[in-house]
Amino acid sequence: MSNEYATLSKDGLWENNPALVQLLGLCPLLAVSGTVTNALGLGIATMLVLVGSNITVSLVRNFVPNEIRIPVFVIVIATFVTLVELTMNAFTYGLFMALGIFIPLIVTNCAIIGRAEAYASKNAWPKAGFDGLMMGLGFAAVLVALGAMRELLGQGTLFDGAELLLGAWASELRIQLIQFDYPLLLAILPPGAFICMGFLIAGKNWLDLRRKEKLAKQPIAKAQRARVTTVN
Amino acid sequence: MSFYIASSPHNHQRRTTATLMNIVLLAMIPGFIAQLYFFGWGVLFQLGVAIAVACACEALCLMARDRSAMMGLRDNTAIVTAALLAVSIPPLAPWWVIVIGTLFSIGVVKHLFGGVGQNIFNPAMAGYVLLLISFPVQMTAWLPPASLASNVPSFLDSLHLFLFQYTSEGYSVEQMRRIDTGTLLDAVVMATPLDHIKTQLSQGLTLGEATQHQQFTGIAGMGWQWVNAGYLLGGLVLLQQRVIQWHIPGAFLGALAVCAIIGSVFAPDYLPGLNIHLFSGATMLAAFFIATDPVSAATSNRGKLIYAALIGVLVYLIRSFGGYPDAVAFAVLLANLCVPVIDQYTRPTTYGYQREER
Repeated sequence: MSNEYATLSKDGLWENNPALVQLLGLCPLLAVSGTVTNALGLGIATMLVLVGSNITVSLVRNFVPNEIRIPVFVIVIATFVTLVELTMNAFTYGLFMALGIFIPLIVTNCAIIGRAEAYASKNAWPKAGFDGLMMGLGFAAVLVALGAMRELLGQGTLFDGAELLLGAWASELRIQLIQFDYPLLLAILPPGAFICMGFLIAGKNWLDLRRKEKLAKQPIAKAQRARVTTVN
Repeated sequence: MSFYIASSPHNHQRRTTATLMNIVLLAMIPGFIAQLYFFGWGVLFQLGVAIAVACACEALCLMARDRSAMMGLRDNTAIVTAALLAVSIPPLAPWWVIVIGTLFSIGVVKHLFGGVGQNIFNPAMAGYVLLLISFPVQMTAWLPPASLASNVPSFLDSLHLFLFQYTSEGYSVEQMRRIDTGTLLDAVVMATPLDHIKTQLSQGLTLGEATQHQQFTGIAGMGWQWVNAGYLLGGLVLLQQRVIQWHIPGAFLGALAVCAIIGSVFAPDYLPGLNIHLFSGATMLAAFFIATDPVSAATSNRGKLIYAALIGVLVYLIRSFGGYPDAVAFAVLLANLCVPVIDQYTRPTTYGYQREER
């Protein structure tokens, strides 16, 4: 049982990461990752929607006829997106304005409907919810990493405008790591998002490759003599 | 007795990549000298730093990829990329601009895509675009031709400006860009001919009024016409040496000329004419040195014609209706993106086979 949860977390966070491996939901990923704050805001929003939609889809999976499952999934997802959108409008208004159209656009994030179709509609709700959480965390982690890269290159700061998400105290979080006279504007612009994303994917593949090579080099811990039968 | 049967091509050229690249570099000299004459010593510093950084970066990338650094450096492709980038950027741009551009060109655009012969984008132009959209202020600070400038920096002053952005007496690049208008009060910052025309047209002036400016002498603006003539001369040498074929420069200049003539016929007051388009900006450099990059251009002759005509039309459209005064880099990159499709549809029929009926 716990083994299943371990696999789910490993898949969501690394092996089958929605952003780095499945390459789903790239539109918001690339569009709003200009700063860590924006990235974190959208990451949390997406994760909440993903958990909610996965649990709901899993609960109704036995009542929904197969033919109309996609519209039902979309309505469920849209409901949760509306909830998140109204919540953000109420509590983090500045961030709501900064993210703009990309909050309602979470509905069209393929990562969410992909998980509903591929996992939640076939499994019990605790597992489906956990899967949503892990996939959401994986997506948010990539968003934040991308946001950090771009913000650092383009402004030399981290957590600029964090008060929009976390309240007034968070303006202390802003770190000016490098003082650029002329920042690399490309990093903030859309092409910079694609280039940084390419580097992140390359980095992940490189780490995987290195781990594989290491494993191949290690001697097998408990070598057993195989019983060889030959067919004459 | 058995004969060794080699696969095609059976016809060999003795010229290596290094020889070709050396001819390209030599052919750039006339245009380069014109740039040096009109825009000062800065061009030389840009070239020196670009070549040094390009070679170092190329060697490091090759070593990181477990290739022989000497073998890679010997083909001189990195030097050509560096030279093309160096002549594209303003002569007194600060040193770190050319360093960032060259590192991006060689490290990211060339080697991350697989090194010599594998890059889908023209490295020099991709580096130029990175610089142009990241550092617009530095990348548009072109100097006036020396004969118009109120301050012409000496060799040492140019070096000082290149390194620190002001001369030893404290003059800034901005002051170096001023032109002598005869009166002390009217010190105006100079723009390139294309930039000048674009600004004036956007302010509601006509083309005739825009070209009243004193830098418009001769065909297409003082200095720039000679730089273009220099690159045209070098390009003709390349054609004569058969380093490049006529297809790309011919189609590029032809498409640009047709567009410019149509534009001048329909809106003579608002669209710059043939002379400006052909002999200003980076037209000739692009036609003979940039678009003809054998790696990122289309392969077949028919493909080359389509590819280069596409660049010509894009250059015209962006220059006339876009946000940037010159457009060669963007047009080349966009056409590079189309190359796989062009190659797919212009594949020549194999000798001995019938063309497929469609």
